[in-house]
Amino acid sequence: MKITVASGKGGTGKTTVAVNMALANGATLYDCDVEEPNANIFLNAELEKIEDVSLMNPLFDMNRCTLCKKCAEFCRYNAIAVLPSDIMLFPELCSGCGGCKMVCPHEAISEGERKIGEIYRGEGEITIYQGLLNVGEARATPIISRLKRYVDDNGISILDAPPGNGCPAIEAMHGSDFVILVTEPTPFGLHDLKIAVTIVRKLAIPFGVVINRHGIGDEGVERYCREEGIPVLMKIPYNREIAVLYSKGVPFVKEIQGWRKKFVDLYEAVAE
Amino acid sequence: MKQIAVASGKGGTGKTSMVASFAGFAGAVLADCDVDAPNLHLILKPEVVEKIPYRGMEVAEIDSDTCIECGACERACRFNAIENFRVIGEKCEGCGVCPLVCPVDAIEMKKRVTGHVYTAHTRFGEFVYGLLGAGEEASGKLVTVARKKAVEIAERVGAPLIIIDAPAGIGCPVIASIGNTDLLVMVVEPTMAAVHDMERLLEVAAHFKVNTVAIINKYDINEDVTKRIEDFCTARGIEIVGKIPFSKKFTEAMVRGMSIAEYDASLAEMMKNIWERIEEYVNASDESHNSV
Repeated sequence: MKITVASGKGGTGKTTVAVNMALANGATLYDCDVEEPNANIFLNAELEKIEDVSLMNPLFDMNRCTLCKKCAEFCRYNAIAVLPSDIMLFPELCSGCGGCKMVCPHEAISEGERKIGEIYRGEGEITIYQGLLNVGEARATPIISRLKRYVDDNGISILDAPPGNGCPAIEAMHGSDFVILVTEPTPFGLHDLKIAVTIVRKLAIPFGVVINRHGIGDEGVERYCREEGIPVLMKIPYNREIAVLYSKGVPFVKEIQGWRKKFVDLYEAVAE
Repeated sequence: MKQIAVASGKGGTGKTSMVASFAGFAGAVLADCDVDAPNLHLILKPEVVEKIPYRGMEVAEIDSDTCIECGACERACRFNAIENFRVIGEKCEGCGVCPLVCPVDAIEMKKRVTGHVYTAHTRFGEFVYGLLGAGEEASGKLVTVARKKAVEIAERVGAPLIIIDAPAGIGCPVIASIGNTDLLVMVVEPTMAAVHDMERLLEVAAHFKVNTVAIINKYDINEDVTKRIEDFCTARGIEIVGKIPFSKKFTEAMVRGMSIAEYDASLAEMMKNIWERIEEYVNASDESHNSV
């Protein structure tokens, strides 16, 4: 069972839900927020690097290159600039598609690896895998896609998605059996939830909503879920104790009675 | 003209609430660059002037009548975006390799409208915001288009400043939002997670040589962590321009579609002081900027 915890809006409590649910159910956790991975702050597992993630980038053999510009004309990312007597690559723009090498009529292009991030694994109370994007790099998606290769199809896998509704979030959701959308009961939460719902429906993945900080805002999210027939799987109340535990990096299933069972029930409801 | 980006690394720390408040004091052009989850317009209630279609990357389309199911495209695609002779739109990066390798010309790259840039009037001044279609990609490029539009408008109306509401994270759309700005205002909460994210964002800011100041939001949730943030920032010469207490009034204001400065007089005073310090900082950075 692969469950992705996503949200649209940032800071709604994805990591809180993912970590507590993984702990309560003995699941393996995959932190797919590779730009800002936070889950291990709550688990404190000793992380060990298991893989470098690289993209293929073109290398130019200037003995063969005739500066014909075919590669630059092909590149849709504007990653190649042909100068009067040289050729320049903007590596952060390169997607590693390999097209330039294919179109070069002079076999002047080969490919070399450029490291853009890393994959880590840690064993604590549960197993965690985490991707990490190198600072200054733009492309998070290839790292998430590598990280997902470690997802075990047999056990319970919980994927903590990055915020937003862009390509990294979609990559984290793709191929999941279920998506939990965590939101807060505010106009901002509702607005971004609606976009996330559109995406999950497009991907045709069953989903439900968890409302975090229940009680702080208005009724908009609940009304919307009712009207759209979206199940509200859990409501986590706003209280200072939960907020303070979060600030210290302590998962609240460990400290507040009754929540472990609620997260077991949440998993069972999701697994049907 | 100066540009200020408000960013955080971690999501949900209060970027948009800050920008909405500053908007009332600044006389700036505002730009919401959180293009896949924009929220600022919910407070600003824009009166849209112009809706400009945005065409992002093209997407491959396979004509199933022509396709001979040889699988050459699937083998050549580095993004695993082709399965069973069909393109998975969400995974396609628009690179154009598949039509190159197709032996029967069954694949075409199609341009599509993948989002919009809006220009609008608001009670606080001119406003530009990008909105990416649900599930579309190339958000960094859309940010760049929105920022160009903001500069154009600022020049036209003679606004001295642009305030950018940046997305969460440190990747493509964040780099596009904070690159070439005069100041990064970082909004951080005193939580272990937010501190971790702040450190990564600061590395990005340093990488792109952007000056930074910080605001600690909800500083009283955990004063130990607040102290750590202050020590960390002081050691790096990053000024803390404000410390804001936790208050339910921020959410109450949001529910009513108001900025906190419009909703609560004492918090308005606090936000105004923070804004004045930011303004001083940006204006003082003049000389150092010109000398580069």
